[in-house]
Amino acid sequence: MVKTYNRIEKIKGSIAQIRAEGVKLGELAQVKMRDGRSSLAEVISFDGDKVTLQIYTGTKGVSTGDAIRFLGKPMQVACGDALLGRVFNGSGVPMDSGPEVMSEKVEIGGPSFNPTKRIIPKRMIKTNIPLIDMFNSLVRSQKIPIFSIPGEPYNELLARIASQTDADIIILGGMGLKFDDYAFFHQYFSKTGAMEKTTMFIHLASDPVVECLLVPDMALAVAEQFAVQNKNVLCLLTDMTAFSDSLKEISISMEKVPSNRGYPGSLYSDLAARYEKAVDIEGSGSITIIAVTTMPGNDVTHPVPDNTGYITEGQFYLHGGVINPFGSLSRLKQQVMGKVTRKDHSDLANAMIRLYADAKKARDRESMGFRLSNWDKKLLAYAKKFETRMMDLEVNLDIEAQLDLGWTILAECFDKHEVGLKAEWITKYGKWKGKAA
Amino acid sequence: MTTERQNATGRIVAAQGNLMTVEFEGIVRQNEVTFIKTEGQRLKGEVIEISGNLAKVQVFELTRGITCGDTVEFDGDLLTVELGPGLLKSIYDGLQNPLELVAEQAGYFLPRGVYLIPLSRTAKWDFTPTAKVGDVVEKADYLGTVPEGVVTHRIMVPFTFIGKGKVKSIAPTGSYTIEHEIAVIEDEHGVAHKVTMFQRWPAKFPIRFGQRILPVEQLTTACRIIDGAFPVAKGGTFCTPGPFGAGKTVLQHQISKYAHIQVVVVVACGERAGEVVELLKEFPELDDPATGRKLIDRTCIICNTSSMPVAARESSVYIGTTIAEYYRQMGIDCLMLADSTSRWAQALREMSGRLEEIPGEEAFPAYLSSRISELYERAGVLKLKNDSTGSLTIGGAVSPAGGNFEEPVTQSTLAVVGCFLGLSRGRSDARRFPAVDPLISWSKYNDRFAEFGDETTRHRIEIAKKAQKVLFAADEIGKKMSVVGEEGIGRDDMVTFLKGEFYDAVFLQQNAFDKVDTATDIARQTEQLELVEMALDAELSFDSHDSARRFFLTLQDKVIQWNYTAKNDAAYADRKETVLKTLKGHTHG
Repeated sequence: MVKTYNRIEKIKGSIAQIRAEGVKLGELAQVKMRDGRSSLAEVISFDGDKVTLQIYTGTKGVSTGDAIRFLGKPMQVACGDALLGRVFNGSGVPMDSGPEVMSEKVEIGGPSFNPTKRIIPKRMIKTNIPLIDMFNSLVRSQKIPIFSIPGEPYNELLARIASQTDADIIILGGMGLKFDDYAFFHQYFSKTGAMEKTTMFIHLASDPVVECLLVPDMALAVAEQFAVQNKNVLCLLTDMTAFSDSLKEISISMEKVPSNRGYPGSLYSDLAARYEKAVDIEGSGSITIIAVTTMPGNDVTHPVPDNTGYITEGQFYLHGGVINPFGSLSRLKQQVMGKVTRKDHSDLANAMIRLYADAKKARDRESMGFRLSNWDKKLLAYAKKFETRMMDLEVNLDIEAQLDLGWTILAECFDKHEVGLKAEWITKYGKWKGKAA
Repeated sequence: MTTERQNATGRIVAAQGNLMTVEFEGIVRQNEVTFIKTEGQRLKGEVIEISGNLAKVQVFELTRGITCGDTVEFDGDLLTVELGPGLLKSIYDGLQNPLELVAEQAGYFLPRGVYLIPLSRTAKWDFTPTAKVGDVVEKADYLGTVPEGVVTHRIMVPFTFIGKGKVKSIAPTGSYTIEHEIAVIEDEHGVAHKVTMFQRWPAKFPIRFGQRILPVEQLTTACRIIDGAFPVAKGGTFCTPGPFGAGKTVLQHQISKYAHIQVVVVVACGERAGEVVELLKEFPELDDPATGRKLIDRTCIICNTSSMPVAARESSVYIGTTIAEYYRQMGIDCLMLADSTSRWAQALREMSGRLEEIPGEEAFPAYLSSRISELYERAGVLKLKNDSTGSLTIGGAVSPAGGNFEEPVTQSTLAVVGCFLGLSRGRSDARRFPAVDPLISWSKYNDRFAEFGDETTRHRIEIAKKAQKVLFAADEIGKKMSVVGEEGIGRDDMVTFLKGEFYDAVFLQQNAFDKVDTATDIARQTEQLELVEMALDAELSFDSHDSARRFFLTLQDKVIQWNYTAKNDAAYADRKETVLKTLKGHTHG
């Protein structure tokens, strides 16, 4: 027999307190409100029979006489193929017109993966974007954020990466999304046909803050279920700064001592617990996480990007509509560059970046009004070609074509001996005609 | 040992996160291990506060499902480490759970409440007694030896043994499991104690039976910027703080591979699981140049990565240290590397927050710096009873928020370590690896090595000091240059600047992807430094800034080619000769 409680003693922030016995930490409860609404709530602490609940949809309009019924189980999410093509909110309630999914459910926020069962990731993810494939290759099971600022096309970039990769399953976790952004993802995935292999968990900017916290856990729990069934899952999380801000809001409303700019001391662990779900499983599938972290004030030392940088395997900086070749880093690129890709990949990419760095300096000299040497002029011409033909996000080329394009640009701008590349590569892949100097 | 105490029992009365309030009956110890029985599982925890008949217990696991009234068993023991043959080659979590066995039993994930015994009870070890019946012994005295891969493992009188005792019996040479009784010792009260090949010791207490002496011997790491410029002592301490992406972990991995030491304990504490996987998969393949065996044979890995329970992150560092101290007690040189101590400090902070303690700077607890000192002070050289020495060197990575070294963890660490290897974003952005910044790093061991070392050592240290001065001068000139342009500085300054850059490029920087350059032994480092000295001392004159730059770039390129050449390569001598010729070609007189 399920007992219903009808007396809420305290309501504050997203928290309500009642007296009840035999409830479990993390157990779910159903709150039925007088105006007919209903919400899930979770037991976050108890002291004797005083039970503290976090109400997922917030406490707005909750009355002291609302009915609370404990469900005897923690938060769960349905999983399996029935989820594909569907959209849910942070509590797992369908946001599209489809029915509730009745398939088997798993607990969210489950245990950590055993490190000894992981394998060294070695499978490349091709995105056809030169600044990723060629200069900072993405590897299956990588966790990598896009560091950006509001206004930049990070969601467009995410959507494009997702549609162009060969992932078996795409899970989108949207946190604090504007409705327009959500509509964009939906449309884009429908148009490209990716929607059939996609599940979305969406928290809109106006939705209750607790649901924002649930989104990554729901998304990753579903991803994990697919991954152990031999599927390669790509999980997109946008925007993790909104997630961190929800953590901050809730922890402050619960009177926890903040550590840095109001964020809880556990921010690192909270973020790591999610990002570390990325995994390449021995003899099975994988989870790759590409996230968005918007940097407040474009400050990389802000606690959210800073902690993220310590957790993830590199980062892409998206500034001025392009991926910045400096600062962007894929820590796993060594696993694939020149190993699964062409042998000249690594050296060519390094040489091109080095020249581009020199070109930046030449540009500084130009803007300061110094006299330019011939070499400076060559560099400037190179920078222009590099930016329009490689950095532009519109460029869409296979990795082989990207490498060839790289050689073509070098041949157009420099003499053979100026690029600092091994003679072996130049003879084999160089695009210089005849005998150059 | 003889006083049997009834363990307390209790029940949960309040819970929040992983902090439980337990009402207990009986006698409870601070830091006693507890088990909470919930949903058919037993979850490990530790008492961290006692008040009246209420104890606060931090649970090392996910606490979901715990109910008011759940029973709690008190274990009577503090959090202990099992010590005995078989620790090397093992991979443990922060509670000394053997992760490979957990995987065999539980599959892909780490379910809570699974605690397996750390040391195999079925594996047999070849025991040779060294003590005889009738010998008078005390704690930590050797009873016999067991070969364990690269080391001779000493079986010792348990560290918990009180007073002096007499060996009543000792097992003959033979192959035994660690539970086999290998000796019986009678204590001063005539009570007989059975001794096996393993024992338990509380992780938070140091194992230090012997006399601490000053560390004077260098621990070589094959990393030039460390050994040559900012050396570490065997039994000393060092820290490697740095912002993300500066290569802290790569540096720690390099040290764990190439450090000239007998036993390495790597504690991956709150960092990426992927990085541990590299160790797990690489170490069984890589050769240990000192012994010719595999690297894993001298290594014990404690792995409590960032998504594993935070409370166990705190204990992981202590468990690693205790294991290393245990080997030190055998007269072995050990190295404990913790990556990263900031995550460990954050675990302290989270717990302190839940206990509602008054927070210190950046919400870290007020006792942060004393905990950090306690940890690093567990390093040191011990002179043991048989006059042999054992040492424990501790190296901690620090991950300061925003890469800012002013934060409390970095500052508290700097106050207690003997060597500071600061990694900087500037150097890693400029692709100068290892990104240890020579302008901010320091080592207190240089003077000591000069005092106690031989002539070669003294000379090497002298060169490094001289080079360091050039480096500072070059930095000043570089700053000036960025304001007034290259034309604005004199020729002499230009040469000094280029000399500094040269030293940096050919000695301080090292290419981890080149299989020769990645590790340089100390003899070769000395040879390289002597060459650097020649270049620094050389009286060089050029007709233009450009020709000076060209000269140094050529010279640098030739030295780097030589650096990439293995010592046993036929081209080794030739390439060195080319360097010397290039240098002489430009020197006066």
